[in-house]
Formats: sequence, C-alpha cells, structure tokens
Amino acid sequence: MTDKRWAFEDFVEGATIPLGEKRVEAAEIIAFASQFDMQPMHLDEEAGKSSILGGLSASGWHSASMLMRLICDGFLLDSTSQGAPGIDYLKWKKPVLAGDTVRGEVEVLGKRRSASRPQLGLVTFKNKLFNQHNERVMEYQNTGMFLLREPGAAA
Amino acid sequence: MTLDEYFAIGSTQDLGSHTFTADEIVAFAEKFDPQPFHLSEEDAKGSVFGALCASGWHTASMWMRHNLLHSHSAEWSGDGPKPEYGPSPGFENLVWKKPAYAGETIRFTRTATGHRALTSRPGWRVLNAQGEAFNSAGEKIMSLDTAVLVKVS
Repeated sequence: MTDKRWAFEDFVEGATIPLGEKRVEAAEIIAFASQFDMQPMHLDEEAGKSSILGGLSASGWHSASMLMRLICDGFLLDSTSQGAPGIDYLKWKKPVLAGDTVRGEVEVLGKRRSASRPQLGLVTFKNKLFNQHNERVMEYQNTGMFLLREPGAAA
Repeated sequence: MTLDEYFAIGSTQDLGSHTFTADEIVAFAEKFDPQPFHLSEEDAKGSVFGALCASGWHTASMWMRHNLLHSHSAEWSGDGPKPEYGPSPGFENLVWKKPAYAGETIRFTRTATGHRALTSRPGWRVLNAQGEAFNSAGEKIMSLDTAVLVKVS
C-alpha cells in the first residue's frame, strides 16, 4: 500500500493530466545556456533575433528540464515512480522565447504490468509543452515505472 | 573535401569528461527535477538508485556542453560556403542505463553517423550523430541519437 496520490492503477489510458505553467525569463535562459548550451541565440537578444529562431530562445535542453519540473510538480513527486529508463523521441517544434509562458500536459498513451516484477507497472506517456498562444513547442514520449497500489489484486 | 570528411562521418570524438559534484547535482535538481534521489544522499539511500545521483536531464545537458566545447571540425576546404550549424529538431532513443552518481567522472563522446537533404528547407541538411556517456569503469551510462540542421549552400 502507498499513501501516494498516483500509483500504477491511477493512470488511465487515453486520459490527459494537466500540468502547471511557467513564465520563462531572459535571465534564466541565459543562465542555463551559459552552463550547458552556450550558443549565441541562447545567450544574447540580438544574436537570437538574427538567428533562425527569431529571438532570445531557451536551449532545447532547458525546455525539456522545465517540462520535467512541471511533471514533478504535477504528479510525479506524489507518485510511486521508480524512474524512467529513457526517452523514445523528443521533438523541438518551435522556439521558447524570453517572456513566453509555457504550460505542460501529459497524455497517458498506454500501460501494462511488468512481466518479471509483479509489484511494478509501466506507463507510456506523451509529454507536451505549449506556449501562451497554445502552440505545441515541444513533445516527447517515454515510459515510466510505477509501483502498484495493490500488487496482490487481480490485474 | 566532401561533407562526409568535414563531418567526420563514422569516427568517434572524445568530448572530455566531467566530475559531477553533490552540490551541482542538488542545485540542478532543485530547479528542474526535485525527486528525493537527486536532492540528498540520505533520501537517495532508500531509493531505487541507492545513492545521490544526477537528474537524467542534467547528464544529457552536460553532454550538450561538452559537445559544444570539445567537438572539433576540420578546416572547410570543399566547394561552396563553410557549413553552418543551426538548431536541432530533436533526438531519438535516449537511454539512461545508469545514473551519474555524485563524485563520478563521466566521459562524453560523439559519433556523426550520416546526413541527408532537408526537403522542407532547400540548402539545409540534417546531420545525425550518436552521443554517449561512460563512467570511469568504462560502462556506458547514457546514449542518444541526435540531429542538427546544417546550412550547406
């Protein structure tokens, strides 16, 4: 048994879990990029404007990390998560620009019990990030592992 | 010089290494991935990972840093303008086999695997590369198949 809100049984195939939103400040774009992705369009407004991205834009790795935070706050920290072994694919569809407000959404694509570990289940998600114009700026698909609330119950 | 030679298709580049300190693991996790096993040694002990370890996004972002700082191209001596790197459309098959634990030194590599014309953007090509990360025991802890747009004419 668990006191967590989200165990394997609580994820419903086809359901969408709404996540919170976050305003993306120029200073945090530059701070992340200085550390991990020091390309001019992530460091400088003018360089961003003259780039194909059209403005000071967040590193794609920063966008992915921001969505991770929205996922943590949205349900993962209050779940029986046992980690996730990877990402099937990730698409950066549009730039995330300084001053944008992004919001997240997680769609439950499917779920199955683990064949080898009866207390564990696998849930496949499509994780989406939108901007304030409701444009999808990023999406990725992954599978997370979650403990069952009642491993002894019939599947 | 061909584009294959310029991109060094098929050869693996060493991108250098990084030692993940407990402090930076916690600092990244507090901002982006505040799960207990990324926040404190104590909470990590009883977790699936058994010890304080970096967020997978931290490890992946650190690969990107090394990719930018240490990947080197040959001098361009082909026909036409020097190829110019643009944004990335995404990646596939990111696998976190093991986490990067606090105190571990992780080595990063990059292997360009191929390139093709981008039909939606004349003059641009998509360059594919495999990124990998290894711990000091030589075990592969992460791999991903990356893509980047390159303007070639």
